[in-house]
Amino acid sequence: MTVAVEELKELKSDQVIDARATSCPGPILAAKKAIGGIPVGGVMEVLASDTGTLKDLPAWCKKMGHDYLGSVDDAGYLQLFLRKMK
Amino acid sequence: MIDELLEREVETVETKTNKTIILFSGEFDKVVAAFVIANGAAAMDDEVTMFFTFWSINALRRPEKVAISGKTALQKAFSVMMPRGAGRLNTSHMNFAGAGPKLMKRMMREQNVMSLDDLIASAREQGVKMIVCQMSMDIMGLKAEELIDDLEFAGVASYLSDADDANVNLFI
Repeated sequence: MTVAVEELKELKSDQVIDARATSCPGPILAAKKAIGGIPVGGVMEVLASDTGTLKDLPAWCKKMGHDYLGSVDDAGYLQLFLRKMK
Repeated sequence: MIDELLEREVETVETKTNKTIILFSGEFDKVVAAFVIANGAAAMDDEVTMFFTFWSINALRRPEKVAISGKTALQKAFSVMMPRGAGRLNTSHMNFAGAGPKLMKRMMREQNVMSLDDLIASAREQGVKMIVCQMSMDIMGLKAEELIDDLEFAGVASYLSDADDANVNLFI
């Protein structure tokens, strides 16, 4: 379920993962590595510069059973948000 | 009763999401592609089996020379002519007598793509199963001591048995 950009900006992330220095498949590997440290129901924010992540992170969330919330791109890089569901 | 059986059948079919990759090619770009896919699949919680056969085995060779006795003259010649390790592979296009891979590695660095060494290390860290075709090893005269550690050596049946539990199988 995607969330409006305004709401995303208000979201408090439990953890921010910086994957800006890496291209495919780096952001997905980073998400996979970090998800274990986030409580169920918690929000993970992934920073990325590889625009393919806009498609890949939702696909990863769908496969892994997490809730992809959406992205913001006005910081000069991407901020992608997801909620850990299990 | 039949409904129950059907339901169980559907369940077992749905749970098979493993991935198998046959890596036949030994060119840098193709090996990179295979490891990107393997890493991505492992990050999506799929079990991944990579089956290395023929030229791809060179990507698993240790970079240093390993003294092996008992090779035939032809096998010795192959050992010398084939690239020793992931750092010495040619590209499938625009190799330019070895300049191509250097250029491609530079461009990968500039685009923040993981190096092939890092991709291989990450695949192993994520538990990607790497099976090396023993028959290819024998043909080319390669010995386990010449390859990096923690590989399995087996034949086509081992790969096929893993492919039975997979819903994607690639030949690269």
